[in-house]
Amino acid sequence: MSQNKEWVYSEKIKDHFIHPRNILEDEASYKYDGKGIVGNIKCGDQMMMVIKVDKEKNIITDCKWKTYGCASAIASTSLLSEIVIGMSLDKAYHISPKDIAKELGGLPEHKIHCSVLGDKALRSAIDDYYMKNGMRDKIQKEKSKIVCQCMNVTDHDIENAVLEGARTLLELQEHTKLGTVCGQCKDEAEKLLKNYVEKHFNK
Amino acid sequence: MAGIKIYLDHNATTPLHPEVKKTMCKAMDEFGNPSSMHSFGREAKKYVEDSRNEIASFIGADTDEIVFVGSGSEANNTVLSIFSCPSKGCMFHSEMKRVVITTAIEHPCIIESSKCLSDRGFDVKYLGVDPTGKVDIRELERMLDKNVGLVSVMMANNEIGTLQDIELITDMAHKNGALMHTDAVQAVGKIPVDVKKLNVDFLTISGHKIYGPKGIGVLFVRKGTPFCPFVRGGHQEMGRRAGTENTLGIIGLGKAVEMRRKEMAEEEKRLKGFKDILKRGIEKSISDVYFNGHPEDCLAGTLNVSFNGAEGEAILLYLDLAGIAVSTGSACASGSLDPSHVLLATGISPELAHGSIRISMGRSTDKKDVEYVLDTLPGIIKKIRNMSSAYSRGGNNVSK
Repeated sequence: MSQNKEWVYSEKIKDHFIHPRNILEDEASYKYDGKGIVGNIKCGDQMMMVIKVDKEKNIITDCKWKTYGCASAIASTSLLSEIVIGMSLDKAYHISPKDIAKELGGLPEHKIHCSVLGDKALRSAIDDYYMKNGMRDKIQKEKSKIVCQCMNVTDHDIENAVLEGARTLLELQEHTKLGTVCGQCKDEAEKLLKNYVEKHFNK
Repeated sequence: MAGIKIYLDHNATTPLHPEVKKTMCKAMDEFGNPSSMHSFGREAKKYVEDSRNEIASFIGADTDEIVFVGSGSEANNTVLSIFSCPSKGCMFHSEMKRVVITTAIEHPCIIESSKCLSDRGFDVKYLGVDPTGKVDIRELERMLDKNVGLVSVMMANNEIGTLQDIELITDMAHKNGALMHTDAVQAVGKIPVDVKKLNVDFLTISGHKIYGPKGIGVLFVRKGTPFCPFVRGGHQEMGRRAGTENTLGIIGLGKAVEMRRKEMAEEEKRLKGFKDILKRGIEKSISDVYFNGHPEDCLAGTLNVSFNGAEGEAILLYLDLAGIAVSTGSACASGSLDPSHVLLATGISPELAHGSIRISMGRSTDKKDVEYVLDTLPGIIKKIRNMSSAYSRGGNNVSK
């Protein structure tokens, strides 16, 4: 049998998993300018990112994190912390989950949500900085829109369901209960489903 | 550290017993079809029947009560499919008992087959379990009535090792005229199993959990029990399972059972000792841990433990890097994002369920392995907790 067995994830993820960079070791005494926490331990992933910002140049001078989650979640935050140090806030704000997944050397489909969560954590830390420094206008609110009026399901809920594996209307309904009362939203939901699958899973 | 390889995932699968391997290698040339009347066929048939005898006597069954199938999953699917046979000629069609009772902690092959039964209009009821994983007997009492056709309860749980009182449950099922099935894939070959004493109608065995080959299982069907084949189209196994016999697999399983008979009792005692050492060691060196499963009525080699603030897949992969193979209670690693349905059924929080691993020891496990785990695990948990947003030092911030 071969001794050189491939690991479950990419070599890049393995490297960050074994040697995680920029862990927030001492939360109490670390003076950050912005902090974001996203995810939920109940669902198996939670990420916290903190940033220090050069207020003159609007550049991230330091970034640290803490993550509860699997190897790809840990690697997502570790890698992200490395690439944003020295980056302008604007540029960091526009890093996409796809960028993170690409930098990680690819993620299996059921782990794509790790890169999405990493992206959200960073953006939430930057938002926090903007809030505290009178730059509210810079915050790009993710507008959520109710798709299913009966069950109060938004486009964000649909996106999350797609990230959790829903690919068909039936699976979407299992996740969200959408369209199970009057059923009027089914066409729109199917369109959104297609768009989100395209957005996150088509390379 | 390099070169260390410790396998502690015996509930997932086991390596072939060296004696099984030897026997199977010799049997490689037995290519005859056991159904053929010529000498090649007769010789193959003899091997198959020898194995059937060995297995029957191991569980106290008669030889014609042993049906060879392709896996434990097939055996379980067979039992549940019996009840939804749409054929008017089927012995089950006239019974019209539309209620099936099973548990919330069964193997996915039972849970999925049960869902399929629900879709076909059956009323499937799921028994809950207490925090140790024991089936709620009083709930079973309430569920049972004359409409129940089948009760299916696993004998030993694969994730937490908890053993059920199958004798009592069978008695309750029979008093209400229901048939009784037990998935004994994790039990046979680890604890004594006697189908006469248990009085079950169906019992499932799998080859690869007891140092036999993969792709072979057994369904015990008690004499006189109504039956409807899952795989049709052949007279094999007295018409109960069509398809040319997996001769090599059957020979391997027979040998595996023979070896279990010799080694089982001593091994269980040894593993019980190891589990005590592991439990005490983990408790001593790691804070905020919870052991899952029943403290006594449990498979000796199975230890399921939850670590507050540390995610299961991360624990599994760090242990793997250190040469230790375990499995996780969280299904994160296997593609689904939901934590183990078994752990959730015992009432622990999703947070803790995500932070669980299963250590399942077996015949090759020795004291050095246990010591190495105890040397390695605390550092890994510390490393994970140190970077975990769900664990503050010394803080117990996730409730059970």
